[in-house]
Amino acid sequence: MKTNRAVRTPGGLSVRLDVRTFTVVVLLLVVALAASVVLIGTGDFPIPAADVLRTLVGEGDAGQEFIVNELRLPRVLVGLLVGASLGLGGALFQSISRNPLGSPDVLGLGQGATAGALTVIVLFSGSANQVALGALVGGLVTGFAIYVLAWKRGVHGYRLVLVGIGVSAIVTAVSGYLLTKSDIVDAARAVVWMTGSLAGRDWDQVWPLLALCAVLVPLVLAQSRGLRMMEMGDDVSYALGVRVERVRLLLMLSAVLLTASATAAAGPVSFVALTAPQLARRLTRSPGPNLVAALCMGAALLVTADWISQRTFGADQLPVGVVTGVVGGVYLLWLLVTERRAGRI
Amino acid sequence: MLVESPPEQRAESAPAPPNRRAIRVLGLLVSVVILVLVALASIAVGAKELSLEQVWHGLFDASGTYGDVVVADRVSRTVLGLLAGAALGLAGAVLQALTRNPLADPGLLGINAGASAAVVTAITFFGVTSLSGYVWFAFFGAAAVGALVWFLGGSRGATPVRLALAGTAISAALYGYLQAIMILDDAALGRMRFWTVGSLASGSDSTIEQVVPFLLAGSLLALALARPLNAMAMGDDTAKALGAHLNRTRALSMLAATVLSGAATAACGPIMFVGLMVPHVVRSFTGPDQRWILPYAAVLSPVLLLGADVLGRIVARPAELQVGIVTAILGGPVFIFLVRRRRTAQL
Repeated sequence: MKTNRAVRTPGGLSVRLDVRTFTVVVLLLVVALAASVVLIGTGDFPIPAADVLRTLVGEGDAGQEFIVNELRLPRVLVGLLVGASLGLGGALFQSISRNPLGSPDVLGLGQGATAGALTVIVLFSGSANQVALGALVGGLVTGFAIYVLAWKRGVHGYRLVLVGIGVSAIVTAVSGYLLTKSDIVDAARAVVWMTGSLAGRDWDQVWPLLALCAVLVPLVLAQSRGLRMMEMGDDVSYALGVRVERVRLLLMLSAVLLTASATAAAGPVSFVALTAPQLARRLTRSPGPNLVAALCMGAALLVTADWISQRTFGADQLPVGVVTGVVGGVYLLWLLVTERRAGRI
Repeated sequence: MLVESPPEQRAESAPAPPNRRAIRVLGLLVSVVILVLVALASIAVGAKELSLEQVWHGLFDASGTYGDVVVADRVSRTVLGLLAGAALGLAGAVLQALTRNPLADPGLLGINAGASAAVVTAITFFGVTSLSGYVWFAFFGAAAVGALVWFLGGSRGATPVRLALAGTAISAALYGYLQAIMILDDAALGRMRFWTVGSLASGSDSTIEQVVPFLLAGSLLALALARPLNAMAMGDDTAKALGAHLNRTRALSMLAATVLSGAATAACGPIMFVGLMVPHVVRSFTGPDQRWILPYAAVLSPVLLLGADVLGRIVARPAELQVGIVTAILGGPVFIFLVRRRRTAQL
């Protein structure tokens, strides 16, 4: 089997297709959707997968229709969208910083969003939507601060990571301060939020996230050629005709928006943004940012992790962030060891 | 390749001429005086304002008045600040010399996070409530994470970026673990949200008694390492040629840093950036000689820590801002400034 194949249309358009990448993307989509169906069927009131599918196409009974369409479907959709956004945002950041650890978790975007959300929870006792808004603002401000502080005749990968670590320490201190100021009820609410949870998400969270993804994903994918060249170094890609700083600014802005809105919807679910691009890259075995594969991998990972947390700990005992944290932590250590052996970091 | 020692660090090898040495000794004395003044401020400033006269009375002529009680309480806190500050500064200086990396810091390398994760485990799973129990857990956590970061960072081939990333990654993983515990255990949450920010308010005579032996032993070990660390600064091959035991020095340095930051964290929670900033400031006027850097760091770090503590008490009066928060908010910008100052090629 050839690994690359050109697909031509009668109109004279052609696109190069990497067969392995294409297969991986299709398989990941299948996994994500299958996990979603199983997840919809999981809970205090289990529904068999066949019934779930029947209900989704509008032929279930009234009780199942209410449970599936009103309670569980929006939650699963939020999970898919959040996972996809985190996967894509993580792939962008890792590619821009040219470092497998340069994910939004490490750079402090999650911590920034946390500080924003805690401000709303602790100082204003805001509603869930206001908390989401606070998280969005916190994430965007942090992303902007990191970009500006890392700017010095261009943004360089390592400086971006190290500035991110510094900013992350500052906003973590702010969060810690807010936690000590709060009463224990607010603190408990804040800690659950900080871990990242899909519990109780409804259609109100789905629409804004879907709209944002609908705009940003095509925009990002259109720039992926430039991003791929930028991995060869700024000078080479500049010589090849890529407007390096402009592409980088655009992609970082998109990545910050994706990550911040995903965090606003579900809290800073840890490690998905870090692991999804790496896993995707290992499956496709192809160089470059692997944006589409990372996106699908993020969605599949998050929904599967949510299903695992519901199966292992019971419905809504522990939020999904705990599972991604534990799995991600182990994966991270393995990544560090292998990358060290390969001499890449 | 993040950071290389500035050229002047390599160039200077001859012993300092006598007048420069006199200046350095004088500077050290001035630093000690500043430290005494900050310590006095730490005793005088707080929710209850005390006059110098009252402070004097409480220190040397205590008779059990209200002011004397306040003074006694603040003295414990100040002593803890002195000890913990010196420990963090020394640990930072030793780690920076060991890794030849001005960005190394017990907090950044995850040692503090390891200590606090272990303490948190002790509270939740082993029901440990006394500080003497904490200390051992904190040591274990600090040592385990220190070794792990050292190994993952590439042990002998450790570069600054690798170590910083390994430390951050491990801190992030431990942070996730802390959150899981806090969600499941409300009582632990109640304690930990104060513990994890780092505070001197826990200072009491029994706290100090518990950690003093470790802090003193660690400090002496760190100060004794000045000469071998000087040799190591010239590169492994030269150091070996000069007769330094590379592996022994590395192991002892990690041990000293771990004991110091583990004990400091056990007593007052994880405090970021003191160990990063002070050795940096010190190096800018002492030059690269560890025999001066280490004593200066030991004297000036408590100045910073106590100063931040006093500031936290003034800013949020009549409540107070925990010292860990003040140091992170002051230290974060300094860290970013240091990162920015390096040339792009080195980053």
